[in-house]
Amino acid sequence: MTQFTPGPLDLRRRRRPGALLSVALLAALLAAALLAAAPLAAQETYPPVTVDIAFIAHARAPAPPYVLDAAPPGEGADGAKLALQDDSTTGAFLNQTFSLLDVELGKDDKPTDAAKPLLAQGIRLFVSALPADETLALADALKSSGAILFNAGATDDSLRGVDCRSNLFHTAPSRAMLTDALAQVLAVRRWSKVLLVPGPGDGDKAYAQAFRASAKKFGLKIAAEKPWTFGPLARARSDSITEAAALIFARGVEVDMIVVADENADFGDYILYRTAEPRLVAGTQGLAPTSWSPTHTAYGAEQLQNRFIRMAKRRMRPIDYQAWMAVRAIGEAVTELRASDPAKISADMKKPTFNLAIFKGLAASFRPWNQQLRQGILLAQPMSLVALAPLPEFLHQYNTLDTLGADREESACPLKATP
Amino acid sequence: MTARFALALLALACAAAPARAYTIYVTDEKGNTITLIDSDTLAVKQTVSSGRRPRGVMTSPDGKLLYVCASDDDGIQVFETATMKLLRTLESGPDPEQFTMNKAGNLLYIANEDNAEVTILDVVKNQVLANVSVGVEPEGMALSPDGAMLVATSETTNMAHFIDANTFRRIDNVLVDKRPRYALFTPDGAGVWVSSEVGGTVAVIDAATRKILKKLRFDVPGLTPEEVQPVGMRITRDGNTVFVALGPANRVAVVDAHTFEIRKYLLVGQRVWHLALTPDEKHLFTANGNSNDVSVIDVANLKVIKSIPAGAAPLGVASSPD
Repeated sequence: MTQFTPGPLDLRRRRRPGALLSVALLAALLAAALLAAAPLAAQETYPPVTVDIAFIAHARAPAPPYVLDAAPPGEGADGAKLALQDDSTTGAFLNQTFSLLDVELGKDDKPTDAAKPLLAQGIRLFVSALPADETLALADALKSSGAILFNAGATDDSLRGVDCRSNLFHTAPSRAMLTDALAQVLAVRRWSKVLLVPGPGDGDKAYAQAFRASAKKFGLKIAAEKPWTFGPLARARSDSITEAAALIFARGVEVDMIVVADENADFGDYILYRTAEPRLVAGTQGLAPTSWSPTHTAYGAEQLQNRFIRMAKRRMRPIDYQAWMAVRAIGEAVTELRASDPAKISADMKKPTFNLAIFKGLAASFRPWNQQLRQGILLAQPMSLVALAPLPEFLHQYNTLDTLGADREESACPLKATP
Repeated sequence: MTARFALALLALACAAAPARAYTIYVTDEKGNTITLIDSDTLAVKQTVSSGRRPRGVMTSPDGKLLYVCASDDDGIQVFETATMKLLRTLESGPDPEQFTMNKAGNLLYIANEDNAEVTILDVVKNQVLANVSVGVEPEGMALSPDGAMLVATSETTNMAHFIDANTFRRIDNVLVDKRPRYALFTPDGAGVWVSSEVGGTVAVIDAATRKILKKLRFDVPGLTPEEVQPVGMRITRDGNTVFVALGPANRVAVVDAHTFEIRKYLLVGQRVWHLALTPDEKHLFTANGNSNDVSVIDVANLKVIKSIPAGAAPLGVASSPD
């Protein structure tokens, strides 16, 4: 991708017209086919509603060859497209037309700049897969126009806490939800002594912090903490088979489990099988809590996996799934409301009656106190699903999904005060 | 007069006779088998290999044939019930999940889950008569007792689609709660019950006006609303009682079909999917996906009397006819 200064023309060029056209065309064809088969009564009963959604993310940078499972082009956007097909099918029966604008930003492009022409076009529904700071800036830039933003990318707890926003919804799970899910499994297995290994990145530190809180919540003991200070490994690993002596930094630490906080996938995979004593690894690698995994096929998930593979010619990744949930949430609200007004959608989604079928058993819904989508969390290793949290051993007075992440009482989000 | 008298006598004789032994057929999604259970002895008679991921199951009206959706093989297998030999595989369209059949036994109405379509298949000619576009992930299929109206539920579109069974045109689409999985006509054809797995409700729809008359919720003591996920249903021939399988709530609700009062929750195996009533309505069998068994309910006393192991992840269950 070349550098560019975002402006209306440039943006239009960057919208991957081929891909967009195909989605728009598909939706239109689908609608035409369905309406042709349906009698006119359906059209007469329902007033026409148009729903325009924009998906914003940075283009995925080409990865070096030693990254075996690099983020593919279209990550996130493909999930949004699949959800748009689902929404459009329902919409065809109800005289509702959905469209999706896929905005791919260059490395240095600001989402807030990209949003301006979209707002000018009248778009008020946004889905993003962006880092926390850009997500927050975008939500604030959208606020005055009444637009709402679905965060399908950033897991930062701050966005659900002190930095929460009334026009910002989260379909990405928070780090606290992920580490709570992991802690539930360790607690049930009685693997309660943990060595925590945080990486050097800010995300790693935040993940480690979330795990510390989860350990406390579920009665695990962090027997030791050893930050990863041995420099980047992934590249080194690619140059030769690194067969150094067993990692001695974990030697003599009596634990059941090593929990790694390595969001950039640099060293976490390296630790397993290379420690002095035999130790299991979990966290960002090893047994990993995640919103979605190819290993998950129960609760009808196989259908979603198959539909995604057919459409995108690759497997669905967590960011795809999180974008899919966001566009589906919009679709469900529009179906219920017969309207696409963002204020109405926002209010509808916060009602206790709103829920979403997300192929993980329990219905998902938004927590009114921080607008986080409560959802089950998978615990997966690369080729096998180990558990689905919340585990049945954990109960809750209102909704067992609220055993994952910040509950109402714990939430630092000022929104929780508003009725 | 004499003929009628004879019929009445025959009916009496049937009623008074000891329980007839029916065969209960259970499909298991992960074991790729059909388990045959004797409804009198409540013992497994036979286990037969099926196609991959067997789900929907039913017998022909005369009981001579057994139809099984082999979802991952994209076909419907036809077994001869007398020998349990596979006779042929029908062109069902991709990923058939559930189906229903007309009384004449020549037409199957199939939900193609992966394809957003309903396929109407002539089983005698093995020929597709029509494909009807419906919402995403169609599943539940029901035919009105007079054979004129077909209902298909679509799980992701959250609708019950009403289809004219003669012209194969969609007449109406009724929005219900999330993930509708099963549709059931009342014996008089006036009502359609639709279970919504994720919504946790059952909608009772007036078949003539397509208005929702009632939405049933199931307040199971000790469980959160999210854990109650209605799926399979059966109704007694007198139209008075509906049984609703509640999925991971591990219970079957017994509902008064007129007052909508929930009379009882029966504790069965884990993740109860589909149900089958024997034609004499003595027993109700439930396929329990997570405990890999079938629970047997004594219908007269509303008591669970036995569990019978039935393959790996049992899902569908059907009884032989009278």
